[in-house]
Amino acid sequence: MERVSRRAFLRGAGAAAAAIVTPACNRTEQTAGRQRAPYAFLNADEAAFIEPAVARLIPADTLGPGALEADVPAFIDLQLAGAWGAGERLYRSGPWQAGTAEQGYQLAFTPAELFRTALRGIGDDLRKSGRNGFAKLNVQDQDAYLKSLESESRDLAGVPSNIFFQSLLEVTVEGFFSDPVYGGNKDMVGWKLIGFPGAYANYYELVDQHGIAFKRAPMSLGQDASGTIHMHPVEPAQANGKAK
Amino acid sequence: MAERKDAVDAVLIGVGMVGTILGRELTRAGLKVVGLERGEPRYTVPDFQGPHMHDELRYSVHKALMQDTAKETLTFRHKASDTALPTRRLGSFLPGTGLGGSLVHWNGQTYRFQDTDFRMRSRTVERYGKNFLGEDVTIQDWGVTAADMEPYYDRFEYLLGVSGKAGNIKGRKIAGGNPFEDPRSREYPTRPQKEPYGSALFRKAAEGLGYHPFPQPSSNLSEPYQNPEGLSLKTCTFCGFCERYGCEHYAKATMQTTLLPLLLQQKSFELRTGCKVLRINVDSARKTATGVTYVNGSGQEIEQPASLVILGAFALNNVHLMLLSRIGEPYDPSSGKGVVGRNYAYQTTSSATVFFDESVNINPFMRSGACGTVMADFVSDNFDHGPLGFVGGAYVGEVMSHGRPIEYHPTPPGTPGWGSAWKEAVARHYNHTSSLNVHGSSVATRYNYLDLDPTYKDAWGLPLMRMTFDFPENDLKMSAYVTQKALEIAQAMSGRQVVGSPRKAPYNITQYQTTHNTGGTIMGTDPATSVVNRYLQSWDVANLFVIGASNFPQNASYNPTDTVGALAYWAADAIVNRYLKAPGSLMPA
Repeated sequence: MERVSRRAFLRGAGAAAAAIVTPACNRTEQTAGRQRAPYAFLNADEAAFIEPAVARLIPADTLGPGALEADVPAFIDLQLAGAWGAGERLYRSGPWQAGTAEQGYQLAFTPAELFRTALRGIGDDLRKSGRNGFAKLNVQDQDAYLKSLESESRDLAGVPSNIFFQSLLEVTVEGFFSDPVYGGNKDMVGWKLIGFPGAYANYYELVDQHGIAFKRAPMSLGQDASGTIHMHPVEPAQANGKAK
Repeated sequence: MAERKDAVDAVLIGVGMVGTILGRELTRAGLKVVGLERGEPRYTVPDFQGPHMHDELRYSVHKALMQDTAKETLTFRHKASDTALPTRRLGSFLPGTGLGGSLVHWNGQTYRFQDTDFRMRSRTVERYGKNFLGEDVTIQDWGVTAADMEPYYDRFEYLLGVSGKAGNIKGRKIAGGNPFEDPRSREYPTRPQKEPYGSALFRKAAEGLGYHPFPQPSSNLSEPYQNPEGLSLKTCTFCGFCERYGCEHYAKATMQTTLLPLLLQQKSFELRTGCKVLRINVDSARKTATGVTYVNGSGQEIEQPASLVILGAFALNNVHLMLLSRIGEPYDPSSGKGVVGRNYAYQTTSSATVFFDESVNINPFMRSGACGTVMADFVSDNFDHGPLGFVGGAYVGEVMSHGRPIEYHPTPPGTPGWGSAWKEAVARHYNHTSSLNVHGSSVATRYNYLDLDPTYKDAWGLPLMRMTFDFPENDLKMSAYVTQKALEIAQAMSGRQVVGSPRKAPYNITQYQTTHNTGGTIMGTDPATSVVNRYLQSWDVANLFVIGASNFPQNASYNPTDTVGALAYWAADAIVNRYLKAPGSLMPA
């Protein structure tokens, strides 16, 4: 079993999701006997939506752990806090106007702004309809609410709900399947689910052994000989840091 | 006031594949050459080394090796009456940036175009009559033939060490190769790569239906190879991190692995990275280029005088710089007049997916960028278009290049997009699915073109380029026909379920298709319908050569890189052996 050097395991899918929310000002909190770093970006209210929401997008079930167990909220948090959240590689000049689906994203929000704004809008939306927080809904109602975000373009404080939902789903899948160095895919549960062997890869001798069952345990690119996975603190903005 | 550098014999705009080849040929001819590259310097060691290179999030999803769209992108619309809006993130195509260009992150498919591609208009008229083509289809001949290009294809393929099987050597047909190819002078430099499982299933099915499958020519090498320049490549490991990645194994032919180290040793060559060219400067008569003006990494504007200017950036950027430099008349779709930006074309792709039983382990992660098996039975004019009502075609093949799970987790239609049912379908099908590519041609039409955007600017305050494009009716018909053939082959692969559909309009710039953007500075024999002559020399400015897929009058069924490499050697030969001896137009209008 790999040992993770920073963020610890969050146990109990959906169980008391609010209890595992850590305010950003907290340094660490003991959860299930392990140290857990605070979120860098998400505040308590935001985390109280993200954690149970990703647990519905990729649930823990008979096939194994889901997005919550894979630490996908921690992945999303670091992405929003880093270069991607700040709009890395996003063309950000106006004028701004709505386009067709084929023209792609045309909002002025960076991903961090999009999440912050939409999550505030979701809080207002739930309060208006007399519901007191997404985490407190039962899973059927949570699914129904997520479906409504997905299928409608409801106004979430300026963000169309379907655009937010699509972005949340994409980043959840990324957190479930990306290398564990980014904080998600804990214990490589996403890779183990499908049989992807990960970063270390040399199949010259195997590619023409047609149909073999390849059972090697997956390996992370941050994995050293002791089995420890070293995490990137925050993703760098450039492919490499060389001087020009 | 811009700083003015000492004059040099030649300046290269872009030090990717074209720039490196031209730099090598021009320094070899004794010229003093400066190469201006907008991106960073980068080398197999240390920049492409494992394990950090095998990072799907950074390289595939966040596109770390690609053009930074925060600084420069383009705007897009389907037709001239729409408002173009910026492509705020890359999607449909992925131009690279940095030393070595897009060849760093290519997959390595290395095909020659056919003679019927180079003579597409005259061939169509010969075989089907002059009323066969719709009036709006503006395909034209290239001004060269396959026989003209053969020595240059040969030279480029031996530089790369391409792994493949010849189907026609000097007119003699060879079993196991592509029976439709034009004569090549000799066998491929290295034998074909190993055939993965899904490709073998495709080959068997295609043969059973009477088609002619052959190994895809690959620049991921099947065996160690030393090229004529003395550089050595190693055997590809099928690691599954090829397209969108640099290769740490020296197994993918790129400029870094085949030529750059030699160029950088030349005392007469100077590389300047982080240098973004703003314009090509011309004299007051607008007949001669005087050099270029660029901005360096610290924001200083610098003028580099040169006797010869080689524009060898990515296809789209070649067109952009010609428009910004106001060289050649911009194309006007309402009159059909003008040439720069005319005949923009793309690639018409689709797929057919086979879902197998769980007993069939496809192991999609054991792949190289260009491994696999394809067939040319529906390429170019290899089949009778008479009853079909379209021109062009597509190759069909099982050429999967990876099993990276963020990008690749196929599910059958009807699967929900999230939740336990999605998760179950992803787990069920990931290792038991194979997909056929239908990689098709793209005709030019009078409506698809490139010009400058009136509204949006890049980080240097210059207008973005504007793309006006949608799939022509001709190509949708082609896709419907060939995709149906691919579905029939997929059915014969003994899966449980086959899924696929032809390419449909409207074109979506957010969904990855291919980085095979062509046209806009097309080559030809008539200055009224081309930007450069058959030697890739500007009709307007004789000491300017524009080289790239932007030269293609329309796009063929096959991947473009081999043809761009051959064109680079073709132009270099014309410059060194003809132009330098008598500077001036090589082809008086």
